[in-house]
Amino acid sequence: MNFLSVGFQTLFYKETLRFWKVATQTVAAPILTSILYLLIFGHVLSGHVEVYPGVSYTAFLVPGLVMMSVLQNAVANSSSSLIQSKITGNLVFILLPPLSHWEILSAYVLASVVRGLVVGLGVFLTTAWFAHLSFVAPLWIAVFAVLGAAILGTFGVIAGIWSEKFDQLAAFQNFLIMPATMLSGVFYSIHSLPPFWLAVSHVNPFFYMIDGFRYGFFGQSDVNPWTSLVVVAAFCVVLAALAINLLSRGYKLRH
Amino acid sequence: MPAAIQINHVEKSYKSLKALGGVSLTIEQGEFFGLLGPNGAGKTTLISTIAGLIRPDAGSIQVHGHDVVTDFRNARRNLGVVPQELVFDPFFTVRETLRLQSGYFGLKKNDDWIDEVMANLDLTNKADTNMRALSGGMKRRVLVAQALVHKPPVIVLDEPTAGVDVELRQTLWKFISRLNREGHTVVLTTHYLEEAQAMCQRVAMLKLGQVVALDTMNKLLRRVSGSQLNVHLRGGALPEELKPLIAHEEHNGSPHQFSLRVNDYAEVEPILARLREAGAVIDEMQLQQADLEDIFIQIMEQGTV
Repeated sequence: MNFLSVGFQTLFYKETLRFWKVATQTVAAPILTSILYLLIFGHVLSGHVEVYPGVSYTAFLVPGLVMMSVLQNAVANSSSSLIQSKITGNLVFILLPPLSHWEILSAYVLASVVRGLVVGLGVFLTTAWFAHLSFVAPLWIAVFAVLGAAILGTFGVIAGIWSEKFDQLAAFQNFLIMPATMLSGVFYSIHSLPPFWLAVSHVNPFFYMIDGFRYGFFGQSDVNPWTSLVVVAAFCVVLAALAINLLSRGYKLRH
Repeated sequence: MPAAIQINHVEKSYKSLKALGGVSLTIEQGEFFGLLGPNGAGKTTLISTIAGLIRPDAGSIQVHGHDVVTDFRNARRNLGVVPQELVFDPFFTVRETLRLQSGYFGLKKNDDWIDEVMANLDLTNKADTNMRALSGGMKRRVLVAQALVHKPPVIVLDEPTAGVDVELRQTLWKFISRLNREGHTVVLTTHYLEEAQAMCQRVAMLKLGQVVALDTMNKLLRRVSGSQLNVHLRGGALPEELKPLIAHEEHNGSPHQFSLRVNDYAEVEPILARLREAGAVIDEMQLQQADLEDIFIQIMEQGTV
């Protein structure tokens, strides 16, 4: 794996430029969506719910929304780029050059991380005005944001490789990514859930990403942040191994 | 010196369809090589296998001595492929597209060559135009330019002139001929057999995934002896003794038009004399040399010449 190779740099640049050229759709729209979430849920539930002692519901919601935006946009970047390239046929421009499997994966994932972080930062800057936020452990914030975006970027690569048409990719996002995100504790603490859903949440890797990320703000979390870090890092390694396996076999790419 | 492309017993099947049935070919460095065959013969499958887009079920391929599966990075560095489908990335301009493609091949500062390629393909004034805004012919030029950005020693053109105007064909062949003279190997598939006849030094013909002919252009053209004398008769009938010479009866739908096989020019005058004796009046006449198309049709119909 050579992160300094011109091939990797070029593919990373292309994937970043691609989303930046349509920033209204890829950056501005998800920021607006998150503001609406905050205004509606924050207004309805503020004063009724206090998840952590001394933390308002709106303040609790902001990190969750930021992380949700990071994750959803990271997965959208790599998956939509790959499926569009497959369907229009221009993926051949990536498959013909001497790019290694690692170069392809790392370029797509890193561009996804950049988009996720850009959108996440945008959501943070526009929603932080509505709540009083603290930054107890900024390093945890950065680590979970980057790892979470990398995981979802890798998820997007796998989904893009596996999908052969747009509705298969939509199914992947609607029936896997979206429920996992919604059931991850963005809008609530999992301790407010009934025992069954509490147990389900503990096998949801998205929960650990958001819980660890939120710990960086408040110094409070549903599980120990080190546990979250181990789960998230392990998940990242497993997904990367799966993605490399698919790329090296040419699964649904080289027939 | 390794072959430009060495293909050894390559097989590829799609369920019950055998797309390639043990193809073996050696294309030497510096050749202008034609890969011909009807639709479904396996040309694009073979090219895709050379390019690493398709993995063979059996056999192996080397490009400049590098295996396209086990040493794919070195093999691909030596190869530039113009795909048959008119594909493009709608997010980028022509120059961005070429810079990106150049970067994928490890070349960061390549603008001098990119400018030269664009100039040779008449793309310079479209350099900053988005790919979506280009005509089909212009998009085809960009596809060719993309395959050439890394100056590949081996250039594979899969039907590069399909559906494009005369201007592009002339521009393209001029540039590709120059690259071939400079030492680049060129492999061409096309349905325009006159192009293949004009450009290629050696030709392989594929039929149902098998090589059914492989020879130099000159030897292939010599395989079909003689020419055709096309005559349109206004009056009278074709004499009985000339009927065995008929190559195509009712040529162009006319019952008075005949194509007669002649081995050399000396046979023309006796035929004309016999027609005059029979009272036939020749309305139109043309002597047509046998060409690659005649050979192609015979090989595809009979499997051999």
